[in-house]
Amino acid sequence: MTDEPTDELTQLLDQAAPTDDGLNKENKITIIAWGGDLDRIWPTLILSTTAAASGMEASVFFTFWGLFTLVKPGVRITGDNWMQKMLSVMNPGNPSKAKLSRYHFAGAGPGMMKKLARDYKTPLPSELLEMARDMGVRLIPCQMTMDLLGLKREDLIDGLEEPIGAATALLEMKTAAIQLFI
Amino acid sequence: MDVITGTVTRTVDARGQSCPGPLVTLAKALKDAARGDLLELLATDPGSRSDVPSWATISGNHLLEAGELEDGTFRYVIRKA
Repeated sequence: MTDEPTDELTQLLDQAAPTDDGLNKENKITIIAWGGDLDRIWPTLILSTTAAASGMEASVFFTFWGLFTLVKPGVRITGDNWMQKMLSVMNPGNPSKAKLSRYHFAGAGPGMMKKLARDYKTPLPSELLEMARDMGVRLIPCQMTMDLLGLKREDLIDGLEEPIGAATALLEMKTAAIQLFI
Repeated sequence: MDVITGTVTRTVDARGQSCPGPLVTLAKALKDAARGDLLELLATDPGSRSDVPSWATISGNHLLEAGELEDGTFRYVIRKA
């Protein structure tokens, strides 16, 4: 094969060209993890980890119910007032406690999903979160959600980036070739 | 396809792993490899048949060989870009 640029390469170069606002679309995926359901967090972690393994930059912005994914295992009740405390009880943190969006069956559903994952050697979401961190996926908590839900930095797992706001999240998305809201 | 030069320097055994396991294991092994090194990836995940070529396209590494061994294991040879 010669060193002539292929059509594919030309296309990629075109995509990398600056947009009107001067921001480059980088070889990056940014996922807004809004949902805290097991069946949302699972593909979010698979996609971001695979992107990082493929040499792409990958960032996940955890907001609203998605933020509970980052709660340290063992941290039960969080927040300063009864409303925040109630929310934390209803959303037990970290992926090992996450609920299914359907077929939850009072907890039997996630149990079966995890058994299936074990049987078919698919990594569990809790393991995927570990894998994502290990592969350099940038895990970014939403500052506003932390304030609203009463989650403090010490309630969350280690290895996270500094919490950010909406404008920084938008900048993350604007410079990413792929943006997803899950 | 480029002419294959050199021999496989390392075998990455991802048999028994499922998506995204094989690619994560491969990516970790590639970190320790030098440019131009040939790595052999063994996998049993049927999804790897489409995923390894896609991974090569995204990551810019070269997939030199993709095949199946007699026991049904999928075998890939990758050159680090």
